[in-house]
Amino acid sequence: MTGLASPKLREAAPATGRTPATAPGVSQGPPRPRRTALLPTTALVLGALYCLLPVAWVLVAATKADDELFSTFTFLPGTGLTDNIGELTGYRDGIYWRWMANSVLYAGLGGALSTVVSAFAGYALAVYRFRGREAFFNIMLAGVLMPPVILAVPQYLLMAEADLTDTYASVLLPLVLSPYGVYLGRIYAEAAVPMELVEAGRMDGAGEWRIFLRIAVPMMAPGLVTIFLFQFVAIWNNFLLPFIMLGDDEKFPMTVGLFTLLKQGASQPALYTLVITGALLAIVPLIALFLLIQRFWSLDLLSGAVKS
Amino acid sequence: MPHITRRSLAAATAVLLGATALTACGSSDSGDKAGAESGPVSLTYWAWAPGMDKVAALWNAKHPDIKVTVQKQASGDDLVTKIITAAKAHKAPDLVQAEYQALPTLVSNDALADIAEEVHGVKDRFAPGIWQQTTFGGEAVYALPQDSGPLMFFYREDLFKQYGLTVPTTWDEFAETARAVKKKAPKKSLTTFSANDSGLFAGLSQQAGAKWWTFEGDTWKVGIDDAATRKVSDFWGGLVAEGAVDNQPMYTPAWNKALNTGEQLAWVSAVWAPGTLTTAAPDTKGKWAMAPLPQWNKGENATGSWGGSSTAVTTDSKHKAAAAEFATWLNTDPEALAALVKESGIYPAATAAQTSGALAKAPDYFANQPDFYTRAAQIAKTTAPAAWGPNVNVAYTSFKDQFGKAAKAKSGFPAALTAMQNATVADLDKQGFEVAK
Repeated sequence: MTGLASPKLREAAPATGRTPATAPGVSQGPPRPRRTALLPTTALVLGALYCLLPVAWVLVAATKADDELFSTFTFLPGTGLTDNIGELTGYRDGIYWRWMANSVLYAGLGGALSTVVSAFAGYALAVYRFRGREAFFNIMLAGVLMPPVILAVPQYLLMAEADLTDTYASVLLPLVLSPYGVYLGRIYAEAAVPMELVEAGRMDGAGEWRIFLRIAVPMMAPGLVTIFLFQFVAIWNNFLLPFIMLGDDEKFPMTVGLFTLLKQGASQPALYTLVITGALLAIVPLIALFLLIQRFWSLDLLSGAVKS
Repeated sequence: MPHITRRSLAAATAVLLGATALTACGSSDSGDKAGAESGPVSLTYWAWAPGMDKVAALWNAKHPDIKVTVQKQASGDDLVTKIITAAKAHKAPDLVQAEYQALPTLVSNDALADIAEEVHGVKDRFAPGIWQQTTFGGEAVYALPQDSGPLMFFYREDLFKQYGLTVPTTWDEFAETARAVKKKAPKKSLTTFSANDSGLFAGLSQQAGAKWWTFEGDTWKVGIDDAATRKVSDFWGGLVAEGAVDNQPMYTPAWNKALNTGEQLAWVSAVWAPGTLTTAAPDTKGKWAMAPLPQWNKGENATGSWGGSSTAVTTDSKHKAAAAEFATWLNTDPEALAALVKESGIYPAATAAQTSGALAKAPDYFANQPDFYTRAAQIAKTTAPAAWGPNVNVAYTSFKDQFGKAAKAKSGFPAALTAMQNATVADLDKQGFEVAK
C-alpha cells in the first residue's frame, strides 16, 4: 500500500482533517512528510485490534476445558475444543444444532423475504411517480431511525391479537418489512436503473413486470445482495424479538438459546465453556456466507448500460 | 400484614384481592373442570432450572391425564418482563418458575393466580420464613416454594489453619479476621464486597432484620435505609474503606482467579455455592469448608437468603387446578424433590427434603465435609423472613449504580443507601402506588 495509497491519503487528509479554508493552500505546497499517514494508519490498526481482539478471545477460550478457562493465561490455547463441541452437541440431545437450524431459517428466509419486499418497494419508489410517494418514503425513513428494540413489545401484542405468538411466523413476519432495506432499495434502484432503460423497455413493448424482473433486478443485484446480507446479519444477531415472541425453546434461534444456556440459575456449575464454544460456532455460518456472497459485490454497479 | 394489590385498588378491595383474581379468570375454573373430565390436559411450564424437563417426564409417565411441557427459559429480570408482557397479551404459560423477590412484581401485574384453595395443607411442609415469601403473610398463596438459598460462610480450611485464623461466629470477629488476614498476608483478602450482587446485600440485610418493603393499609413503606440495613452497609463500607476487604465485584474472571489462587480466603454465599466454586475455583476442590453465617450478636441464630425460587400458576392458565396439582407434586413429593436435587441441583425448600436421602451425600466439591447438608438444613431453618416489594428490580439497579461508585471510591456507603431508598420510593410513586414518604 506504500506506493499507491500514501498519495491518496495525503490528498484525503486535508479534506477531512483540515478546514476547507486552509485546504487549497496545503494541497499546492510541497508534499508533506510521510508521518501524516501514520496517524490514520495507527488509528485504523487500533480500530482493527479493538474489533478483532474479542473474536480472538472467543477463538482461544473455546479451546479451553472447564478447568482451564479461568486458570490459564487468557490467550493461551487450551486442550478442550473437540470435547467442548462434543459436549455442546450432547447438551439436551443436541438442541444447540436445532437452534442453529432455526437461526438459519429465520435469517435465511427472513432475509430473502425482506430483500424481495425491499426490491419491489425500492424500485417502485425510484421509478414511479405517484401521489403520496414522498410521504410514504419519509415515513419509512422515520422507521429507519426507530430502533427495532422499541418495536418488539408492540409487535408482540399485535401478534398476540392474531394468535400467532410462539410460532415461526411470529419471528419472520415482523422482519419482512425492513425500513432500512426499502431505503437502500430505492437508493440502489435510483443509481443502478437508468430511466432511459425503463423507457426503452416500454418502447419495445415489455410489461412493467418484465421490465422489473428482466432489466431492473439484474442491475440492482449487487445492491440486493447487500440488503440480503444486512438483513441476514441483523436477524442472525437479533435477540429481543425472538426472546419476547417465543416461549418454546425448540423454536429459539441461537441468540436466545445460548442465553438460556448461560442463565440457568446458580444451582449447578455454569456452562461457560459451552456458551463460548456455541458463540464461536455461531459466527462460522456468517463468515461462510460472507465468503460465498462476496463475489457478487465485485460487479460494477453501472456496467455499461447507457452511454452518457 | 402486607397484601399485594393492583396499584389502583384501594385498601378495602385489597382484602378481596383473592376473590377478584378468581372472578377475573372465572372461565378458568369451569374450563378446568371440563378439562379434567374430557380428555388429557396440556400444561406449559416456563422454567430455567437445568434438567426440569426430566423431572416433568417423571410426572408425565404417571399422569397421562395432565401432560406438562417444560419450555426452558433464561433466568433473571428479563424473564419477569417476558412473563408480564405475555400476561398482558393473555398468552402466559400455565406455570412459571419465579424468584421470590419477583413475586410481588408479578402479582401486582396480575400475572399470578391465587392457588390457596388448590394447595390447601401444604403450608407446613416449608419453613415459615420461606412460606411467607409466597403468601406475603396473607391468606392468598401465589406460588409454592421450590428452592431456597440460605446464606452461609464458606472459607478455605487449609489457609485458615496456615494463618492461624479461627472461623468467625460474629460480624465483629469477621472484621477482626479480615484485618488479621491483611496483617499476615497483605496481598490477600478475606473476601470482597461486591457492588454487583444486590441479592447478597439484600440477604445480609434480611439477616439483620431489615424490612425493605412493607404494606399497611393501602400504602407501601420502603425501609431500605432502616437501622438494620444501615448497620449492614456501614459495616461493609467500613471494611472496604479501611481496605480490610477487597472492593472488586464477584462473578468476574478476576474474582474466579482470586478464589482459585487463594487470593481470597472466604466467601459469604448461599447453599448453592459448591456449584459456583466448581467453575470458579476448580483447583481448590476439597480445601473449602462451610460454617454458619456470622451473627450480629453472640448467641443469635439467623441467616438471610440469596436466591431461591418458586413455582407459580398464572392467571392465564385455563387449568388452574391441574397446574396447582403439578406444582404441589413438584415441590412436596419425595420422588419429585429427589429428582430436582439430582437433575437440577437445587436445594429444596421443602423441609423434609433437606434431610432426605437425596441430600445424604455432601456435594463433590465439599467431600471433605460429609455432614454438609445436615448442617445446611439446620441453618436453613433459621432463615429470617424477607420483605419484597413490587419494584425490587429498581432497588437492585440503584444498588449496583450507587454502591458500585462508593465501593470504587472506598468512600463509605451512607449516601449510596439514601440514594437507593430515594430511587425506590420515587419509582413506586411514579408507578402509581401509594407510598409513605
